[in-house]
Amino acid sequence: MPMILDWGACVLRQAIENLGNRTLEGVWRIGYATRFFLAILLHSGTAFRRFGLTIREMYFSGVLSLIIILVSGLFVGMVLGLQGYETLQTYGSEEALGILVALSLVRELGPVVAALLFASRAGSAITAEIGLMKATEQLSAMEMMAVDPIARVVAPRFWAGVISMPLLAALFSATGIFGGYLVGVQLIGVDEGSFWSQMRSAVDFEQDILNGVIKSVVFGVAITAIALYEGYDAPPTAEGVSGATTRTVVASSLAVLALDFVLTAFMFRGLN
Amino acid sequence: MNKTILDLWVGLFVIAGIAALLFLALKVGSMNTVNTTDSYEVVARFENIGGLKSRAPVKSAGVVVGRVADIRFDNEAYEAAVTIRLDKRYAFPKDTTATIMTSGLLGEQYIGLEAGGDSQKLKDKDRILITQDAVVLENLIGQFLYGKAQEGAPQ
Repeated sequence: MPMILDWGACVLRQAIENLGNRTLEGVWRIGYATRFFLAILLHSGTAFRRFGLTIREMYFSGVLSLIIILVSGLFVGMVLGLQGYETLQTYGSEEALGILVALSLVRELGPVVAALLFASRAGSAITAEIGLMKATEQLSAMEMMAVDPIARVVAPRFWAGVISMPLLAALFSATGIFGGYLVGVQLIGVDEGSFWSQMRSAVDFEQDILNGVIKSVVFGVAITAIALYEGYDAPPTAEGVSGATTRTVVASSLAVLALDFVLTAFMFRGLN
Repeated sequence: MNKTILDLWVGLFVIAGIAALLFLALKVGSMNTVNTTDSYEVVARFENIGGLKSRAPVKSAGVVVGRVADIRFDNEAYEAAVTIRLDKRYAFPKDTTATIMTSGLLGEQYIGLEAGGDSQKLKDKDRILITQDAVVLENLIGQFLYGKAQEGAPQ
């Protein structure tokens, strides 16, 4: 009997110790991430003084994401056109299709889906690259040469992501609206004039488009910061880098969705 | 610093992104908010505004001439004070009637302005004196039922 009690106490102690360890680890990581983020902001002078570095990174995270963003935007818009038409025609208001497609893309789907695609296309690449640079000791080599890796490697990638994200979201929304137009007007035959004019009267520049742009900038900051941090913090092994890449995609997708809720609650609360 | 093919692609990307933003701003959206500089405000008081909301259109003869800027409850008169922001280009006589109307059967509510015959025009911070409340469907049905019951009652 005392043996079993002893064993039980031991398991309990282990569990409590584990919990404490994990909590401590979490707090430690949050603190480190904050310091890392501030370091990026402090060293971003280089990213603008040597803008060539940032442009190079914009090619990798922005230009190379174009295909996936444009194709998905087109298809999302086409699906919205089909589904929206199905629902709206039961109320006899097919002309409102333009409003439905434009508002859902500009307010929500454009920034959010573009951000999710950006996280899995560019965020994972950033993490893998920086993690591998760390594993092959390129970052330490830079420090040996008195080159700050945060200024030379991390900050340009950060600003490239922050600049690319709103552009990608705008392209996503624009191709999506074009896709909705293709399906709604060209395929189904909704009146073209009322499609555009109803859209124009319902979509407000400040309330809808500007808020969408603000959202995508926030998502860009969140995704690139998480991707860079996970890469910089990755254990310098093959396993560590692969784990960090997975964590980037999971964490930044969750961050995008959670931030989207918070931002939407702020932006569209008292609206109509 | 050399120009590279990379710069070209990034340039194209940025131009396409800005073009998409412009497309959204000009073709998809519009500046619904009337500029404060070329507009004037008048106040109309209603006993019941129904479902009227801030930013709802103000129309005259079906043309949008302004927007509802603000709605507040006047605790002294127990009325709704609706501030209307009108475009400077349009001037209305002092005895203009403001009516709360509904576009379509279930559509949004808006304020309709009907010009009167006064030679003096409404100025900034003026008050529209003649107003007509929103039609509340429940009251309408109630009146109808009451009328029906009266008809059926023995004299």
